Amino acid sequence: MSILELKNITKSFGGVTAINDTSFSIEKREIFGLIGPNGAGKTTLFNIITGNYKPCSGTVTLDGKNITNKKNYKIVKDGIARTFQNIRLFSSMSVKENILIGLENSTSYTYLEAMFRLPRYFLQERKISKRADEILEFLELEKYKDEIATSLSYGIQRKVEIARAIATDPKLLLLDEPAAGMNPNETDELAKLLFKIRDHFDITILLIEHDMKFVNHLCDRVMVLDYGKTIFEGLTEDAIKDQEVIKAYLGDFKHA
Amino acid sequence: MIRSINKNFILYLLISIAFVSFSPYLFEDYGIRILNNIFIFIILAVSYNLINGVTGQLSLEPNGFVAIGAYVTALSLLSEDLKWDLFQLEDPAPWVLALSFDIFPALLLSGVVASIVAFILAVPVFRVRGDYLAIVTLGFGFIIKVFAINSPEITNGSIGLNEIPSVLDSYTIGFIAIVVVILILNIIYSKFGRAMKAVRDDEDAASAIGIDTFKIKTLAFVTSAFFEGIGGGMLAVLLTTISPDLFTFFLTFQLLIIIVLGGLGSTSGAIIGSFLVIGGSEWLRFLDGPIDIFGIQTDAHPGTRMVVFSLILIIVMLFAREGIMGKREFSDIFRKKR
Amino acid sequence: MDIATLLQQLINGISLGSMYALIAIGYTMVYGVLRLINFAHADIMMVGAFATFFAMDSLQSGFVVATFFAIIFSILIGVLTDKVAYKPLRHSPRISLLITAIGVSFFLENIVNVTFGGTPKSFSVPEFFDTIINVGSTILTPTVIIVPVVTLILLSLLLFILYKTKYGMAIRALAFDVKTVSLMGVDANKIIMIVFIIGSSLAAVGGIFWAINYPVLTPYMGLMIGLKAFAAAVLGGIGSVSGAVLGGFILGFTEVAVVAFFPELGAYKDAIAFIFLILVLVIKPTGIMGIDFEKSRF
Repeated sequence: MSILELKNITKSFGGVTAINDTSFSIEKREIFGLIGPNGAGKTTLFNIITGNYKPCSGTVTLDGKNITNKKNYKIVKDGIARTFQNIRLFSSMSVKENILIGLENSTSYTYLEAMFRLPRYFLQERKISKRADEILEFLELEKYKDEIATSLSYGIQRKVEIARAIATDPKLLLLDEPAAGMNPNETDELAKLLFKIRDHFDITILLIEHDMKFVNHLCDRVMVLDYGKTIFEGLTEDAIKDQEVIKAYLGDFKHA
Repeated sequence: MIRSINKNFILYLLISIAFVSFSPYLFEDYGIRILNNIFIFIILAVSYNLINGVTGQLSLEPNGFVAIGAYVTALSLLSEDLKWDLFQLEDPAPWVLALSFDIFPALLLSGVVASIVAFILAVPVFRVRGDYLAIVTLGFGFIIKVFAINSPEITNGSIGLNEIPSVLDSYTIGFIAIVVVILILNIIYSKFGRAMKAVRDDEDAASAIGIDTFKIKTLAFVTSAFFEGIGGGMLAVLLTTISPDLFTFFLTFQLLIIIVLGGLGSTSGAIIGSFLVIGGSEWLRFLDGPIDIFGIQTDAHPGTRMVVFSLILIIVMLFAREGIMGKREFSDIFRKKR
Repeated sequence: MDIATLLQQLINGISLGSMYALIAIGYTMVYGVLRLINFAHADIMMVGAFATFFAMDSLQSGFVVATFFAIIFSILIGVLTDKVAYKPLRHSPRISLLITAIGVSFFLENIVNVTFGGTPKSFSVPEFFDTIINVGSTILTPTVIIVPVVTLILLSLLLFILYKTKYGMAIRALAFDVKTVSLMGVDANKIIMIVFIIGSSLAAVGGIFWAINYPVLTPYMGLMIGLKAFAAAVLGGIGSVSGAVLGGFILGFTEVAVVAFFPELGAYKDAIAFIFLILVLVIKPTGIMGIDFEKSRF
């Protein structure tokens, strides 16, 4: 059963058609790559899936549920979490606090219970504090937990953003160019980490990427987007050999 | 995080209680009056800081909600006979006459009424990008004043209300201030406070991580209004006389300076700022009168004090935007590195 | 209501609408290029009025000279405000800028208060403006003709600048995308300065007109007028000059109409702007002309 299904998605901004009748689906526990030349519409597609944009037509289905016109914060509850291309962590808060925010949905204590420090507040805060520690440990971030998130190195911030997304307990994790700016060592580490995350948390991963070696290593299947249209959907190794894909990418390949 | 709060927190709590309890012995009448003023401003500033500093939504609402709170409490405390005496322009409305509460229910009612009004305001404003919040709340303050002047059967118009019974002593005022600060700190150090800070830091990332930003902004705004209403009620009792032109934009402006000076987002900063600005305002009063410079007496220029205040605000924003505490609290400064 | 009174109210509406429009333009343009609600803008209007008063009262100059003086002075204050208080904060969070604007607004009000004293000043309107012209049974004064006509001329001038000169194009482009415009070699700060010059001069003219129509000046007169003018700008569509004009006239006419047709509600005429503001936010936040500057935030 597919965890995510996009059918006939079209999105225009003013006179420009960013996404042109695109469809694809992702299976549970897949690591799926969304690739294509710059400006192809990948981030736009992401934004449609996460509810930041409304498609002009078409449907988005998550685990059987139609989430096409839902508000973005509600979709998080349904089970989609994302990271951003330019890392958007909360700059006034520590690493652990950033993750605690992701865990907000696992708490149910009310405003008044917080204000008057009733028992349920303490119980649940302790619970999510432990959970945050677990996530930090899993991603080897414990030693940074009290540091201000944005004061850390780029690579660590990336991990924190992923940790924060995992904290929301998603079914589907969307990563927008997670390997951007990383050297080959770091990308290897990231790939290892993503495999680990997929296995441990039983998550499906959809990522946008430009680094073809990374994609080849990591992704089971890919979809290639060019000018808002799907020009290939299938196994990664087949994508590299596909004529249309090569044409679209001419000059854009790093390694294959 | 919970544990480190407890350690320092108890310490500060004890110091505050001691300060409030012993203040009548440390200060004379004049000092006590200023102190009471400071305590009430602490309540107002700490609440105002919640929407402005912690949630990062620039609002200019305090003077409106303080006015509402003041009038509700005043009308609840005045006896029916007094109301008949005081209302000169028009007879008081029947429900106004019937309004009668003791001080604590009156203050609670002030808070509730202010919250309801805040909620009604919040719905249209927060649905859209928050840029307009400042203007809407500014206009709101004006409207409240216009309403107060033009509803003589409720508010006695521009004459206002006096002979409000002085039922609060400095202990009570001080302790209420301590309680309010604790309650607001409890909100800030909870998932709600974290969500508010997230909205301040990056609203779009906040909604991407599941936070209902509309709900959080509304919560912060309504909470601020609630405690500002209570503060307004206490102000009415402290001053024993209120009128529509007591609640001008200048009140909001003072609170703005207080929280900016103290550090936008810091509750401890708001407390420090209240002491500095209200105390400093008293001290700077001499600027409004004739000034003695090297033996030469200048003319009295009332309003010079305000010029100085606006300059302070501009200078702080330009050169020391973080204020005194930045976003930190007392406990953050003294926390040892693990 | 007879035709004469109707005509009278119409004229009042045009007059009031023009003044709101002139001030609203400044708000909308500064918001367009800086995303800043320039709280100090209405105080520029007040400064313009007071400068004219000062010139005529203390410097004994004629009215025309006084107006020129006032306009130049207002432009100076406006540009200075930007250079000293806003420019250093170009890359700071918006809330800092807003707070600074409030500080500047308060500063201007109180400096004028200290300089001129707290008592309301009586503006000596040149006799010319009070000469009565009878048109049928309607009484006109030169004011009611001059205000709309001058406003129209200034507006046409502004629209010409905005759409037919390269500076105007830069201003309009800047409203959409500061980064890209800067990359194209346009000095954003110079363009912003031009916006402040335009806005301040229009506000000064608005202030002078206001002083002619309501010849009592106080340092805090800008607060209420500014609030309404901003509401008018939002009503018409914040960021759009034609929107600001449209909003200004709608507000002016509505206020006059309410006072004329519902005198019992007269005291609440100041609330009308606020009601418009809330209505716009609830129904159509981008206003009548509806420019949506919000590009992708994601």
